[in-house]
Amino acid sequence: MFDNFVVPDFLPAAPEIFLAVMAMSILMIDLLVKDSRRTVTFALSILTLLGCAVIQLMTSSGEIIYTFSNMFVDDLMSDLLKLFLYMTVIVVLFYSRGYINDRPEMNKGEYYVLTLFATLGMMVMISANHFVSLYIGLELLSLSLYVMVAMNRDSVTSTEAAMKYFVLGALASGLLLYGMSMIYGATGSLEITAIAERLYGGGVNNTVLVFGLVFLVAGLAFKLGVVPFHMWIPDVYHGAPTSVTLLISTAPKLAAFAIVMRLLVNGLITMSADWQNMLIILSVLSMAIGNLAAIAQTNLKRMLAYSAISHMGFMLLGIVTGVVSGDARYALNAYSSAMFYVIAYVLMSLGTFGMILLMARAGFEADNIDDFKGLNKRSPWFAAIMMMLMFSMAGVPFFIGFFAKFSVLQAVVAAGYTWLALVAVLFSLIGAFYYLRVVKVMYFDAPEDETPIMAGTDMRWLISANGLAVAFLGLFPQVIMSLCAYALLRSL
Amino acid sequence: MLTLSLSHFLILGAILFAISVVGIFLNRKNLLVLLMAIELMLLAVNMNFVAFSHFLGDLSGQVFVFFILAVAAAESAIGLAILIVLFRNLKSIHVDDLGGLKG
Repeated sequence: MFDNFVVPDFLPAAPEIFLAVMAMSILMIDLLVKDSRRTVTFALSILTLLGCAVIQLMTSSGEIIYTFSNMFVDDLMSDLLKLFLYMTVIVVLFYSRGYINDRPEMNKGEYYVLTLFATLGMMVMISANHFVSLYIGLELLSLSLYVMVAMNRDSVTSTEAAMKYFVLGALASGLLLYGMSMIYGATGSLEITAIAERLYGGGVNNTVLVFGLVFLVAGLAFKLGVVPFHMWIPDVYHGAPTSVTLLISTAPKLAAFAIVMRLLVNGLITMSADWQNMLIILSVLSMAIGNLAAIAQTNLKRMLAYSAISHMGFMLLGIVTGVVSGDARYALNAYSSAMFYVIAYVLMSLGTFGMILLMARAGFEADNIDDFKGLNKRSPWFAAIMMMLMFSMAGVPFFIGFFAKFSVLQAVVAAGYTWLALVAVLFSLIGAFYYLRVVKVMYFDAPEDETPIMAGTDMRWLISANGLAVAFLGLFPQVIMSLCAYALLRSL
Repeated sequence: MLTLSLSHFLILGAILFAISVVGIFLNRKNLLVLLMAIELMLLAVNMNFVAFSHFLGDLSGQVFVFFILAVAAAESAIGLAILIVLFRNLKSIHVDDLGGLKG
């Protein structure tokens, strides 16, 4: 009965296989490690991620390779996103280390193992070419994150955030699956490339398809966290331990971008007229509500949550403007600007949540805007880093955030949506207000708390590098921009 | 003799799905009911997949159902674990008591 079984090509999935084996080994090894020597688990996790990056670079061929019965795809877009993913998770682990060392209830081996499994889930999402692999990757990520949010289990806010995240995350998966079932019914396939071919061939029941598409977009919107499916974002960012918020706010955005590209662009591009209108509404609402609600916040994590909503809305503009009424001339530009935007956002978000972790110490979370009062007097260097990050988030020239916004706007105007570009600029200007308020608090208010910053040396160096990267990549935006454009050119 | 067509199954799936979504948004009493609504939602999706799979004569939809069932089991295990931790902190599983995070 196994006559027609073909052994699949394992090589394109080598980083995933390595990470899965290592994550399980670390889970076992950690049982033998005492609580005081948790550095072993930390070092092994970092080495695993570095190993993944090396394997990724070695196995990358630049071609589009399908394997595991077309369930898994390895192309340059996935290679590039995964390399940024490893880098992001490594930085997240370094930033989190001091924070979780100060909190014994979180300083467990599971913390690292769950981070690795979440990374594995994101890698599978990025390389998914089939609804099953996409769903499995998504759930591996989500289930790991639910647990990590609840990891500080004596905290009422953390457990409440975990419950909300769990319920709304499960609802999102349900919506996504319902959409997938309808698309399966209409096209008769679960494989994304096969679906694209059948849609191209025509003769598909359009009513069922559009019905499925609505649910699919709703599910994706939940995962991206755009209005009106954003209600979990502020609560989860606020309630989760800051180190977990740092993870949630960075790496999954890369994976969410990838699944939007796979499902909507690779799979359902023939229906672009339908999903574009939906995404335009989601994007305008996100920029409006995200930026306006952020103004009212006093908690920095909550403010950044609303800022994340508005950034994701902005990023969607790049995906909307790819193929306009069958005209694909600007597609590459638009998609690569969206990809550049996500990468720039992840870099800035790493830095800002990293600053909160830098200021935090045992028994003190530093998550209120007031906790940054007079930072310039306590530490001029870190105040300057935070200022650069805030300017970049606001889109002040010439930081990386400015070029991210600029390239998306360029794509929007090229596609003929000038009104959309004007709306985006208007809301970005409103958004600049709350970022600059943080800068004002740091430079012009008197410090309330004179305790010196107690973070470790590695953390200080890394966050300085992160802040400087935001500034210097702003001077050379072409470096990442051309990488994104090349990767997408070879993948689409 | 009534023969069951694809649309009968799809309508049943849609009704189950609608009940579960309403259950999540209107339920103001008990978090356990919320977890049950989530299970129901996944089962509604399974109903859709199996119906489509049967009427299309394509097995992959039924294989997907096995994956969804397995993930649903893991999901409810984690959901119940979070519920227990929450109950220890709040001494309650009422949805209305989840009001600590606002803004």
